Amino acid sequence: MSQANALTMDMPQTQAWRVVCARQDLVLNSGVVALVGNTQVALFHVASISGTPQLFAVENRDPVSGVNVIGRGLVGSLAGDLVIASPLYKQHYRLEDGTCLEDPALKLRTWPARLAGDVVEIDVG
Amino acid sequence: MNTTAALHDVQTLIVVGNGMVGHHCVEQLIAAGALERYRIHVFGEEGQRAYDRVHLSEYFGGRDAESLALSDASLYEHPGLTLHLGVPVLEIDRNRREVITSKGCFAYDKLVLATGSYPFVPPIEGAEGHSRLVYRTLDDLDTIRAAAHQARRGVVVGGGLLGLEAANALKSLGLEAHVVEFAPRLMPVQLDDFGGAALKARIEALGVGVHLSRATQSISAGEEYRYRMNFAGDECLETDLIVFSAGIRPQDALARQCELALGPRGGIAIDEHCRTSDADIFAIGECAAWNGSVFGLVAPGYQMARNVAAQLCDQDAEPFFGADMSTKLKLLGVDVGSIGDAHGALTGARSYRFIDEATATYRRLVVSADGKQVLGAVLVGDNSYYDTLLQYAQNGIKLPADPSSLILPHSEGAPTLGVDALPATATVCSCHNVSKGAICSAIDSGCTDLAGIKACTKAATGCGGCSALLKSVFEHELTARGVAVDKGLCEHFAFTRQELYALARVENIESFEQMIARHGKGHVGCDICKPTVGSILASCWNKPIMDPSLVPLQDTNDTFMANMQKNGTYSVVPRIPAGEITPDGLIAIGAVAKKYDLYTKITGGQRIDLFGAQLHELPDIWAELIAAGFETGHAYGKSTRTVKSCVGSTWCRYGVQDSVQMALTIEDRYKGLRSPHKLKFAVSGCTRECAEAQSKDIGVIATENGWNLYVCGNGGMRPRHAELFATDLDDETLIRYIDRVLMFYIRTADKLQRTSVWRESLEGGLDYLKAVVIDDSLGLAAELEDQMQLVVDRYECEWANALKSPEKLKRFRTFVNDKGADPDIHFVKERSQRRPARANELNLIPVAEIAR
Repeated sequence: MSQANALTMDMPQTQAWRVVCARQDLVLNSGVVALVGNTQVALFHVASISGTPQLFAVENRDPVSGVNVIGRGLVGSLAGDLVIASPLYKQHYRLEDGTCLEDPALKLRTWPARLAGDVVEIDVG
Repeated sequence: MNTTAALHDVQTLIVVGNGMVGHHCVEQLIAAGALERYRIHVFGEEGQRAYDRVHLSEYFGGRDAESLALSDASLYEHPGLTLHLGVPVLEIDRNRREVITSKGCFAYDKLVLATGSYPFVPPIEGAEGHSRLVYRTLDDLDTIRAAAHQARRGVVVGGGLLGLEAANALKSLGLEAHVVEFAPRLMPVQLDDFGGAALKARIEALGVGVHLSRATQSISAGEEYRYRMNFAGDECLETDLIVFSAGIRPQDALARQCELALGPRGGIAIDEHCRTSDADIFAIGECAAWNGSVFGLVAPGYQMARNVAAQLCDQDAEPFFGADMSTKLKLLGVDVGSIGDAHGALTGARSYRFIDEATATYRRLVVSADGKQVLGAVLVGDNSYYDTLLQYAQNGIKLPADPSSLILPHSEGAPTLGVDALPATATVCSCHNVSKGAICSAIDSGCTDLAGIKACTKAATGCGGCSALLKSVFEHELTARGVAVDKGLCEHFAFTRQELYALARVENIESFEQMIARHGKGHVGCDICKPTVGSILASCWNKPIMDPSLVPLQDTNDTFMANMQKNGTYSVVPRIPAGEITPDGLIAIGAVAKKYDLYTKITGGQRIDLFGAQLHELPDIWAELIAAGFETGHAYGKSTRTVKSCVGSTWCRYGVQDSVQMALTIEDRYKGLRSPHKLKFAVSGCTRECAEAQSKDIGVIATENGWNLYVCGNGGMRPRHAELFATDLDDETLIRYIDRVLMFYIRTADKLQRTSVWRESLEGGLDYLKAVVIDDSLGLAAELEDQMQLVVDRYECEWANALKSPEKLKRFRTFVNDKGADPDIHFVKERSQRRPARANELNLIPVAEIAR
């Protein structure tokens, strides 16, 4: 992921992976929100056909309303993409890269995310 | 011409009159780009923006002035367009090219007169005040309503179209209505003797008195009623008020004053381009006389308006050579139709007649001498024959071998002319002059739903009489283009909600995973199918919605069992059954609101809404509310909301049944019921209907003998009166019928379809619903009751259930890794309570408050 798209935080740039919460805080096929520095990150744990659920980290702030609600949206798939629907005005954003399906001018920031044992990490590097 | 030059060329166009036709002209002018070349001033004598005079009597049926308005106020906010309401034009100075109003003089380059008409009141001795009312404007209606206040009986003088509308208005004001007509039959212009007789029989059956061949000579004081109308020949009729509706006269006073040429029987004389004798002045609508005739219908007025708007913008204008005066009406609920040469006056015309005296139904078909074409028709009692006959008449379609088949009763209903038989030039909507061809090209340019067609062509947005025809043309054309209407829910399910409901029942499906694995595509679903399936599963099995398999299905409101507001906080509504609450209950709610600093407002459903709670506060708030005896109010769900009630016979001196007890019974039974959309109920303790039950999905009104049940009403964006479903029911039968109606709705409605829309989409309508519910025509009644009983038996307060489970409560954390609140939520105080801060207030908030 590019530097421009990365989260700026008061932490050394050399440390790429940061623990944000416990594995058991995740809710399958739904979202939770973690506070990372001053940034709110929505984490989605989505079941997949292969059996291993996928993990996504996107910005919690809804760009349309300016309110922190993305983590409370509904996960779905549209035309093959996994998406999150904003609970306020129902725009859909791709979990993979944060692109808004309805309005290309809107985008959520995204971070690489992974499970490391019992904890969840995102790459803020 | 370049833009700069155009600016210098801006002229002033004045439209006098803001009635239906004047307004239509302005709309057409804007659409034709007139504001690029004219400053437009519109003068209206009345205080209201143009409104729908065709549906004026609905003003007494509950519609207000704003809902009768023909456009948004914003139409008149176009730059360059100024609307002067309540400003009559007093004079026209043609030499100086000015109009003179009470607000000063306005110069014009072009002038359009759309001053309409006024009601004709014959000079009758003693007619004044309440014995000389008229029926034309909203102000007139207000006057009639005031006059009706203490009246018992009202008379309308004039048995024409408007007179019968006025009689309907008096009837809806609760008066005993009578119609007095000078001619020997009702609607002498549109109907023949047989038609008039059938209409009279039907109207009398509705309790309206009809007095024909009566000439009112004078009005004097009455004995039993306020006035006495004295007719020629010593007869009389007493009444409390008299409305004159004996025809209209063109409002041509301004034209007389400025000496424009007039028609032989009045009206401003115009040519086929709507030009008056002054080349800069046009006249349109009921004030204009073409070839000596005034056209008292809206369609020809609109035709003239279009013509003038096009000319003023240098566009091709279709000349006006008279108009078809065919009409299709529902007067006092009776179908009346008149097409073309209804009286068979043309040379050689011959008629076919069908008369049914038992049901007072009449149809007449007038055909040409050679028997090949329809010249005219008269219909009383059943207008389903109208559309086909009109198309035959207007488009010169060759008659079938046996023309009488067009008016004879058929077991399968009125004969229809396949819409494919219509030529592309056939007019579908005469108000807006929309042809079948125009509808086809709208479809070809991408309109794929009926609403889109209406918006794009304006068809069926005038009098609405062509709605059914428009729909069949539209559907036929879509099918002809090979477009299959996709009724699937979303990309994951090729089934409708109804089909998925049936699958869930038949296959005992209890989870989304099962449903999508067996009947869908993929495994994730989307924000359309997940809540829909979630709702179906809840309607069928009523398991707690916080069960792990159900949580990911819900919209945020259902997931967190509260209503998300614009700043991401939630509102909380405890159930207050029947709106009955103890002082302790009120104090408990007040204490919670105070503790969590929640904005508090009374809802329309007799409950209390507490706003501004953050996610992590919800469990604590609910723990306190439940401890005080409250349950969740399901304000967040597509489910039973409230049962509103009046205080009923317990306190009210008019109440005839205990409406509060019944409301409690109903609310207790159906609370927690999930359905395709929200459900609202009300119970009134007497016919005064203080609980407004007729605007609810399920309305119950007490009678001396029990309860009347009303179904499928709605308030909100598209109000609909509930319909009377059954009368004088005992408690047990009432509940049984409600069980069946609701479960049948849940089984057969589409997703997010309110009962009102569902009811309108039911083939067979209310009678069908009655047959299913009351007569058990489908043999479903017992099953529907059993299914409802299962839902009732499994009820559990969702919040009480959630509070028992630490695992479920984990969901109610603003952050999974921090106990703090969302630092971006800000409030300000207003009227002693807090509300979300607006964007422009954010930088004014003291730092201390942000740190809250």
